[in-house]
Amino acid sequence: MYLLLAWTWCRAVAQYPGSLALLALAQAFSTAAELTAVLVVFGHAGELAGFTAREALLVYGLAALAFGTADLLMGSVERIGDHIRTGSLDTMLVRPVPALVQLAADHFSPHRLGKVVPAAAMVGYALATLDVPWTLGRVLYTPVLLAGGVAICCAIWTIGACLQFFVTDAREAANSVTYGGQALTEYPLAVYGRGIVRAATFTVPLAFVSWQPALYLLDRPDPTGLPEWLRFAPPAVAAVLCAAAALAWRAGLRHYRSTGS
Amino acid sequence: MRVYCAVFALGLRRYSTYRAATVAAVFTNVVFGLINASVLLALFHARPEINGYDATDAVTHVFVAQALMGPVAVMGPPLELAERIRTGEIAVDLMRPASPLAWWLSHDLGRAAFAVAARSVPTFTAGALVFPLALPDAPARWAWAAGALALASLIGFAFRYLYAVSGFWLLDTRGVSALTHLIGPVCAGMLIPLVLFPAPVAEVLRALPWAAMVQVPVEVFLGKDTVPGGGPAGALAFQAAWAAALLGLAALVTARAARRVVVQGG
Repeated sequence: MYLLLAWTWCRAVAQYPGSLALLALAQAFSTAAELTAVLVVFGHAGELAGFTAREALLVYGLAALAFGTADLLMGSVERIGDHIRTGSLDTMLVRPVPALVQLAADHFSPHRLGKVVPAAAMVGYALATLDVPWTLGRVLYTPVLLAGGVAICCAIWTIGACLQFFVTDAREAANSVTYGGQALTEYPLAVYGRGIVRAATFTVPLAFVSWQPALYLLDRPDPTGLPEWLRFAPPAVAAVLCAAAALAWRAGLRHYRSTGS
Repeated sequence: MRVYCAVFALGLRRYSTYRAATVAAVFTNVVFGLINASVLLALFHARPEINGYDATDAVTHVFVAQALMGPVAVMGPPLELAERIRTGEIAVDLMRPASPLAWWLSHDLGRAAFAVAARSVPTFTAGALVFPLALPDAPARWAWAAGALALASLIGFAFRYLYAVSGFWLLDTRGVSALTHLIGPVCAGMLIPLVLFPAPVAEVLRALPWAAMVQVPVEVFLGKDTVPGGGPAGALAFQAAWAAALLGLAALVTARAARRVVVQGG
């Protein structure tokens, strides 16, 4: 169902090919710009928190890939505030398709691939050129890590959107966690110091999007002294967060009273 | 003139009613300021001085830039004019006995004036509470910085106006604004200070109008002599020149666009 709705929106945006191309270009450009920032910073420092530019590229690529894919799949849920205000959420609720699916597929825009594709290329490049000690376990676990990162981002996005059931103008505040989270995870977390690493591990578990997977892939000890088993936690963290997102969605829907218009 | 003053006041009043959105925007600016500042602090911990910036300068740059985010609107939002052009409501605007350029300028300056008070001041204060920032010591430098802020807002408006009126030719300006709102922050020194770029790149970026929106005001605030002309007067002249050029171009484009509009009856 999600695919069908997404395909419908793809056909709709294809009616404005110029705008679609520009939007995709804009996404690719934003990735390039952030990457430039990362490279410029590492170009001056050489090494930050024991990470070289190429290792930082891996961290950045993992973060951008997870957030980009989550944005592609679930990014539209953040518009829920508009749907509540205009009453179009009511229309979605009476249709025989789960409202969350409709919401996520609403305005599905393939231009967001403009971010996913370069990010995936970056991860591929970093993994190919870095000295990763490949074993069968690593080969099998890497896709799990990637999927876990995407699931965590999707869950955070959904929870942020559900806040809008309770506070209608919460979109920007939720953005500081979603987009701010992305900005945070673009650099090796150890750069920010111990306090932030702890916060990003145990409160908003952003550390499991790019930081812990990168540590695992590079086979490095955690420079902030957290135990090594944490790098095997992403699937569990993702499962817990998705459950929390499902609960938040249910609570939000139950709280929802139509605007009546 | 009276009408433009009224539009200015209305713009100011209108944005002052979005209280929750303002609080959320300040929160977002502060969060991004903290993240950027932490990265730059780590960088300057490794290299204490880069192209005339030290750690305090860099953190101050980050928070001045975040404070400029509201009034200058380097990353949007686009002017509502774009939507009016797309829907055809612009036809009504063109019938009014007021220049669209001056009308939207007054409206946007009203928005910017509110943003300075309600977004810039709290954002910068929050930054100053967390990190030691380099504040101007002489009252004259505060005055220069205020002038730089005003000119930066003018340039910010001119850019967004030009993006919006491109809709007369393109109809849908979402692609244009998405692209330009990404180029803007990089070229302006919002994403990272322009001093961090390799010298030849920085040189080119400094000469472009985007630099006049963030990098130049920041350096006026910091009292750097790397600004155009070597001092605050030169920096403001540089900004004023770009503001005049862009607004002149905007007036020219408006006149040409108005001749293009065909109003479908009905």
